[in-house]
Amino acid sequence: MNSHSASSEFWSGARDTIPVIVGAIPFGIIFGALAINAGLSVAATIGLSVFVFAGSSQFVAAGLVAQGAGVLVIVLATFVINLRHALYAASLGPYLSAKSRRWLLPLGFWLTDETYAVVVQRYARDDGSHNKHWYHLGSSVAMYSNWQLCTVIGIVAGTQLHGMADWGLEFAMVVTFIGIVVPLLRRVPMVLCAVVAGGVSLWLREWPNQVGLMLGSLTGIAIAMLADVGSGAKKPRSKGLHS
Amino acid sequence: MSYWQEALLILGMMAVTFGVRYPVLKLSGRVHMPAWLVKALGYVPVAVLSAIAVPIMLAPQGEFLLSMKNEYLVAGVFAIVFAAFTKHLLWTIVLGMSLFLVLRFLA
Repeated sequence: MNSHSASSEFWSGARDTIPVIVGAIPFGIIFGALAINAGLSVAATIGLSVFVFAGSSQFVAAGLVAQGAGVLVIVLATFVINLRHALYAASLGPYLSAKSRRWLLPLGFWLTDETYAVVVQRYARDDGSHNKHWYHLGSSVAMYSNWQLCTVIGIVAGTQLHGMADWGLEFAMVVTFIGIVVPLLRRVPMVLCAVVAGGVSLWLREWPNQVGLMLGSLTGIAIAMLADVGSGAKKPRSKGLHS
Repeated sequence: MSYWQEALLILGMMAVTFGVRYPVLKLSGRVHMPAWLVKALGYVPVAVLSAIAVPIMLAPQGEFLLSMKNEYLVAGVFAIVFAAFTKHLLWTIVLGMSLFLVLRFLA
């Protein structure tokens, strides 16, 4: 029972997030450097990380600022890019249905790709723990603290070094996602889901505001559901034969 | 951008991002969800993360690039194979990133 106490869940949530933090470090540093080179003030660069806390949209925002885009356009782009968080929230909501606003507000604010990928596996593990939300909190706080630290490092680096944005460090994000996704590909529908989502998104990559990303994800989920129904339909029949 | 515009930008981005995350987190816990929807949500991480990663690997500059000179693809394929065999997240990230940097700056 002790291993499921609030504090032990909090710390194991933070610990299990360390690998994805390693992947987020270069990403956060480039964001800081990019934003400064785009002409944002130090205060605004830190403000984005502190109050928005959504890596890819912060990236795009810095790029759009550099191109002289207006506030409204950037806010709209942010909305579209972060729409995928609605899918994450919908997936985690049922596990948090008994929690008050005191829990939902911070956990909602701190929801990211990385924390979602880590905590959804903890929620799915059925070991009778009543403190999984503490695990979720630990992961969120670790991710958030690291992001702030890396933003500041990036700001310092960005004022010293130029052209850092061209180093291709966004590969850190790709390799993090590979490390998360590949171990999940144990069944045929999951593999189909990854291949179709990736393929459609690649095909539609020129579409504006990451619409291709959303359509790719939805198509991948739909195909996986169809494949699942196909394989699930056979099971009851074979059971019936044996019993 | 002026300080006012920057403040507006942060406020606006915060509003839409939080506005996507929080209400859905709250409502999806209160509303009963049918089994098929719960099942579909189980595919979300694989679908979204693949949709983000694949175009960067195969078209890092926007142009489709199936070549050994594409370090995103070579290091990415290595990471996929390594992750499939070891299932170790941290080593996948460290080795994949190291290979990428070697290919990019030394090869």
